[in-house]
Order: sequence, then C-alpha cells, then structure tokens
Amino acid sequence: MTELVLRIALTVAAALVATGLYGALSQQSIVMIMMGLELVVNGLILGAGAFWWAGGGGTDASVLVVVLVTVMAVEMALGFAVALALYRARQVDLTDDAAELAG
Amino acid sequence: MIALVGALGVVAVGTGLLVFTVNSMARATFLLLASFVAVAVLLIAFGLGYLGTVIVLMMTIEMMIMAVFMVMLMMNPAGLMPMTMVHNRWGSWAIALVVFGLLAAGAWLVPFPTTGRAAQDPTVALGDALMGPQMLTMMTLGLALLATIVGTVAVAVSRR
Repeated sequence: MTELVLRIALTVAAALVATGLYGALSQQSIVMIMMGLELVVNGLILGAGAFWWAGGGGTDASVLVVVLVTVMAVEMALGFAVALALYRARQVDLTDDAAELAG
Repeated sequence: MIALVGALGVVAVGTGLLVFTVNSMARATFLLLASFVAVAVLLIAFGLGYLGTVIVLMMTIEMMIMAVFMVMLMMNPAGLMPMTMVHNRWGSWAIALVVFGLLAAGAWLVPFPTTGRAAQDPTVALGDALMGPQMLTMMTLGLALLATIVGTVAVAVSRR
C-alpha cells in the first residue's frame, strides 16, 4: 500500500518534471520559461514529500523540500532580474530576440 | 490515500499542461498556482503540514508578482491577440516524453524500501535537524539567499 502510493506519487512527479521541461524548452517568452522551470521544481518537491512519507521518521527528505523551496525563490528572483535587465537594454521579452550576448 | 494522490496528481499535471496551452499568460499564472496548491495539499496529506502551508503562501505571493511583471513587460499578457509563442514544439515534446518515460520506468521498476510512519512531529523534527545536524545546509541556503538579494539588485538596477 505504502509502496504503491509512493510509485503513483513518483509517476505524478515525473509527469510534472516532463511537463515543465517541455515548457522550458518550447516557450519563447522569458516568463513562460520560468514557469516551466518552476513546474520542474514542483515535481521534485512532490517526489521528496512522497519519499519522506514512505521513508518514515527521517528528516533528510523534508530538508530537501526546504532546499527546493529556496531554489524556487532564488530562480524566480534572479529570473525576474535578468528579464528586467534584458528589457531595459533592448525592450525584448522573447528569448529568440536575445540570442546574442553583445550589450 | 491512493485515490487522493491520484486525484490531486491529475489536477497538478492537468493544470501544469494547461499552463502551456492557454493563450492568456495571466490565466497560465493562475493555472500554475493551482498546480502548486495541488502539490502542497498532497504534502499536507503526507503529514508535512508546515512545508505545505509555506509552499501555498509563498506561491500565492510569487504568482501575484509574476502577474505584475507580465503586465509590465510582456507584449501580450492577456492573450487578446492569439499568437503562438513557441519554438521547436515537436522536438520539445519528444524530449519531454522520453524524460517522462525514463523517470516513470524508474518509479515503477526500482524496489524502494518503505518503513513505518514518523514517530516525532515532523515540524519539530525538521526544526531540530535544521538547527542541528543540517546546520551547514541552513547556512548555505542563507548565504545563497543573501547572494541572490545582492545579485538581483545589481542586475536589475538602471545603468543610466
């Protein structure tokens, strides 16, 4: 029973990671790419939570959830900073318009 | 528990897929929030009440900030002019499906050890771990967040 729930939760987590990967690879808008990355981290959080539930007692998995939540906050803050810097420099919001690094 | 994980899993993945199919970016933001809330409710059901609540609070605020950024910078935030903003759609689908296949195969084929339930209150245990054996993790996270604050301001500040 516990093992079955763990496997179902991990399958859902895999689906979330794959969906986020599709979004991050295919979207052109910078904000939509960030949404894809957030979905990947969302899947990782679910996987860590499921392992905590099935593993019983240990704190390693819940510490991993704390790390992942922090990763999400850092990704979001720096992503917005880069989007803002890019918009200030050339008024673009699509990655295809920002293919060169020259300022 | 199986029904709950299945139902909320379908909600989380379904709203996650809709994020990349709806025209309106604002709508996509709230669908992403729905996906996060579904996962947070699952965490609460697993017994991680504190972390689930933190995720709900953090994501609600984060998605509001994201909506503000869309209105500020994006050319088509409300999706009133339907346009496709994707590149290499089929290649991305192929990579995503291969990754899903590999991860799901791992989820079903690997023999996972499962033990009993947690004895201690998980929030107390997490606090004890973060202030004890996992102190290095906590300090690294704190330093990373400080570096993010400095780096974000340095990158985003106007140069003119």
